[in-house]
Amino acid sequence: MAINATGAAAADTSADRLHPEGRPARPSGAARRRTWRHTRRQLTPYLFIAAAVALLLLLTYWPAANLLYFSVTDWDGLDQDLNYVGAENYVQVFTDPRIFEVFFVSLYYFGASFLQIGLALYFATILSFNTKFRNFFRGVLFFPYLINGVAIGFVFLYLFQPDGTLDTVLSWFGLADPPQWIGDPDVANWSLAGTSVWRYMGMNFVLFLGAIQSIPSDIYEAAELDGANKWQQFWAIILPGIRRIIGLCFVLSIAGSLSVFEIPFIMTGGANGTSTFVIQTIQTAFTHRQVGVASAMAVVLLVIVLVVTFVQRKLFPDEKVDLT
Amino acid sequence: MNGRAEQFNEEPDKESLMTKKALAGVATFAAAAIALSGCTTGGAGDNDPSNTIDGEVKGDLKIITWRTDLVENGKFDEYIAAFEEQYPDVTVEVEGITDYAGEMQTRLSSDNYGDVIGIPAAIQPDQFEQFLEPLGEKAEFEETYRFLNGAAYDGTQYGLAIGGNANGVLYNKRVFEQAGITELPTTPEAFIAALQQVEDNTDAIPMYTNYKDGWPLGQSFGNLGGVTADPDASSEMAKDPAPWTEGKDMYAIDSLLYDAVAAGLTEEDPLTTNWEQSKIDIATGKIGTMTLGSWAISQMQAAAEANGASADDIGYMAFPANVDGTQYAVIGGDYNLAVSRHSESKAAAWAWIQWFIEESGFAENEAMISTVKADPLPQNLAGLEENGVELMEMNAAPAGEEGLLNEVSSDSQVDLFGNIYRQELVDVARGAADGDKASVFADLNARWGESVERVAS
Repeated sequence: MAINATGAAAADTSADRLHPEGRPARPSGAARRRTWRHTRRQLTPYLFIAAAVALLLLLTYWPAANLLYFSVTDWDGLDQDLNYVGAENYVQVFTDPRIFEVFFVSLYYFGASFLQIGLALYFATILSFNTKFRNFFRGVLFFPYLINGVAIGFVFLYLFQPDGTLDTVLSWFGLADPPQWIGDPDVANWSLAGTSVWRYMGMNFVLFLGAIQSIPSDIYEAAELDGANKWQQFWAIILPGIRRIIGLCFVLSIAGSLSVFEIPFIMTGGANGTSTFVIQTIQTAFTHRQVGVASAMAVVLLVIVLVVTFVQRKLFPDEKVDLT
Repeated sequence: MNGRAEQFNEEPDKESLMTKKALAGVATFAAAAIALSGCTTGGAGDNDPSNTIDGEVKGDLKIITWRTDLVENGKFDEYIAAFEEQYPDVTVEVEGITDYAGEMQTRLSSDNYGDVIGIPAAIQPDQFEQFLEPLGEKAEFEETYRFLNGAAYDGTQYGLAIGGNANGVLYNKRVFEQAGITELPTTPEAFIAALQQVEDNTDAIPMYTNYKDGWPLGQSFGNLGGVTADPDASSEMAKDPAPWTEGKDMYAIDSLLYDAVAAGLTEEDPLTTNWEQSKIDIATGKIGTMTLGSWAISQMQAAAEANGASADDIGYMAFPANVDGTQYAVIGGDYNLAVSRHSESKAAAWAWIQWFIEESGFAENEAMISTVKADPLPQNLAGLEENGVELMEMNAAPAGEEGLLNEVSSDSQVDLFGNIYRQELVDVARGAADGDKASVFADLNARWGESVERVAS
């Protein structure tokens, strides 16, 4: 950027020198070519990002703008006429207790995310040291994240069935009379949150592992020379070294637990008190044909996630990590 | 991850001109996007004055169907071959969609949704004209066809039912025999007692809700009107502030489900039910009853034969209620076939619909009630006739109120045709959620009544 800007300034100066009396500047062929070359040079970076920006606008901002527009109409998802209804949909979202009730369900997933991050951190630390078969275990732990969420839903549906895999395995250990894992409303949300932990732990694990490996190895060597054991290394080097990634994972898990969708949608369809805000949005839009209200719900969710992220950033500001 | 992006934020302020240019580019792009999305309105099909349903039967025809099973097993190709033989100037192509209702809702916002479609439930009667070609006055069709109400608005007919079904309860005759049930129940109390007999005397699940798949729970709504023999029940319900009151259809329909679940006469863990498996289970006598439309009979019979049981075991009875000793079964149309407003060969599309309903033999093959009044009833409804059950068709809603019931249903979020509120009902009945039957029905009445008032005003 800086080079281009200087070039442009130099071109201006030379043009001034050619026409000192302030006559209308009739640029010569060479000057025109030069101007074109400069313009082209200045345009180059924009041309490079144009395609990406165009796709971003088309696929992200354009639908988002549409969503905002739908949220102030009474659209049913099909009709060719949309009527403007002002803030009515938002009023409905905030006054209907059945809409906000479902946020309680998110607390299960948020609670489970602590377990998820804890486990991921544990495995990432263990497998960053010279453990046997560590590449194999890394693969095993990351694998669930690569499986399609719908497939996971079905697999766990069979696992949780009465007399299904889980009950059979438990009976080997003499645990008879297990609960109905997704039929009992007191257990159902924990089962679903557990499935979610199984699925997403791999991603946290890889993020942590990457961060841990980016810590220079000479720091460990120095620590070992100083006689620090593995636990002390974890506490004094690894944890502070990847603090920012841990913070990031918490932001992601808050946002994630507010907008849980796939697993409960496949496994229970939101029945039995497992409905989440996104499932309710889908039902509002497509079962109850109130796309306007559903769009307002989506906008509200977006705002809530932004606010939560903002508050989190304020409470735990980014700090420069300095291990030396 | 270390905030490296900040390093690139040293751009000099001089280049605001460039920014403007970039913004102009964005604006152009946005304008192009608007133009692109804007030009979808108004299609080629609208411009040609000779392109009407009464025109010449020729051209290419695209049929969009939800019957992917018929597309896959080649049965649909046989229909097409027979049609093309009769109308050699027409070339027919078929496209099967698995998630028909969902996908069509998206496709309807374009012009490209085929020539012949089944009217998706998402289109409300007052929206028919936006998507479908009018076929004529409803009165003109009344003499020949059944099931006209579902595709008519304000006296104009937009589609014809592909066939029709009766509503009631599907049961396994062998299970009933084993349980010692000699007479089919004709009251809700007798039905629950019969389920109890199944529970006591057999290993079968007396009634299967199909809670997990959900949509089968909505099937019992088809009995609206049959309980009290009131052919105007659905238009009355649209204005009734409290339909879940004793003595009314909805009360009886949802009570049957509630009472069966509350008495422990349904599957143990409703969250793990499985529709495909339930077909085999009822066919082989592991399930006693399911509340489904008569369209399910042929599927269950097929499942019986595929699993070593007899198709004759599958029985069908009317909803367990009677008016002065007579039972009524509501019959209604399945999907309605209609011509797209944007079709380029409307005459051929209309010819296909008429041919398919009258000559293809589809209703007979599928054991559906034919839309043509003169055709005989299907064999599988013989059981209803033997037991003296009267078949009744619902009356049309008053002109202009065709969509009222749907409107109230959407506004109150009480999904009459769906599963959401019935799943909550089952949860309460099995003790998984707070409340009792009275509180559930009171809540439903409150929500419904409020919406009736709001929609009416």
